[in-house]
Amino acid sequence: MAINRDYIGRTFPAAAPYEVSRVKIGEFADAIGDPNPLYRDRTAAQAAGYADVIAPPTFAIVISMAGSAPAIADPGLGLNYAMVVHGEQRFEYDRPLMAGDVVTAQATISDIRDAGRNVMVSTKTEISTVGGEHVCTAHSTLVERGGAA
Amino acid sequence: MSEQVSYDDVKPGAELPPASYPVTRLSLVKYCGASGDFNVIHWNERIARAVGLPNVIAHGMFTMAQAGRFVTDWAGPAVAVVEFGVRFSSPVVVPDDDIGATIEVSGTVEEKLDGNRVALALTARSGEAKVLTRARAVVRLP
Repeated sequence: MAINRDYIGRTFPAAAPYEVSRVKIGEFADAIGDPNPLYRDRTAAQAAGYADVIAPPTFAIVISMAGSAPAIADPGLGLNYAMVVHGEQRFEYDRPLMAGDVVTAQATISDIRDAGRNVMVSTKTEISTVGGEHVCTAHSTLVERGGAA
Repeated sequence: MSEQVSYDDVKPGAELPPASYPVTRLSLVKYCGASGDFNVIHWNERIARAVGLPNVIAHGMFTMAQAGRFVTDWAGPAVAVVEFGVRFSSPVVVPDDDIGATIEVSGTVEEKLDGNRVALALTARSGEAKVLTRARAVVRLP
């Protein structure tokens, strides 16, 4: 099924607030094999000037994916997820995510375009605390192989 | 983790010490759970091959995480990552054996920017393949 270009520019409602926990950060750091104490040890994080443990830079994908899931999974968009690979990813950070943050993610489909036989779907997801502090902008491009119109 | 790098220490064009990071099927299972990305191509060889991939492939974000670790390990604890972006140019293919694959990351100081910021150009390879291109991080150093 072809991707529905009408979705370009569509913004999806912010996902339910996500509470960043020390346990989840530690689990993520273990999964990427990064032993950095800033991700586990509150004292080490405080010594570096943070209130609590911080998350690795790419942890923001957990929250941005939750935010963009309603867009990516929308049957009306028509993305075939088994054929999807990640094309590009970029983050702009105001500060690291840290334990205790309660954040929401709001995704917009910024572009849909063909690249040869593939189709590229780009999203821009804004991650902010529920108090309104902007933390991170995530730009993702997913590639559906063989999905060009 | 290395010692703290300061802005004044950094020289444009300097090479960062390369590092190698292993990735096994277990890494991918753990990353599926920790990230919430359960796309079958990261854990099911049958479906990965059926959709035209050579084998199970690593999450692009797993590879990006290794490049992120490379940057934060080099820079030290007081670094602030301001911007971090990559293009996933080729998949990291992870065979079902005890060795898995290796992601080799290297980088250079691309330029020094104002506000104590430094732009780093990164490369990541797995076997013969360049798995990240246009990989760039901007960090703020003390």
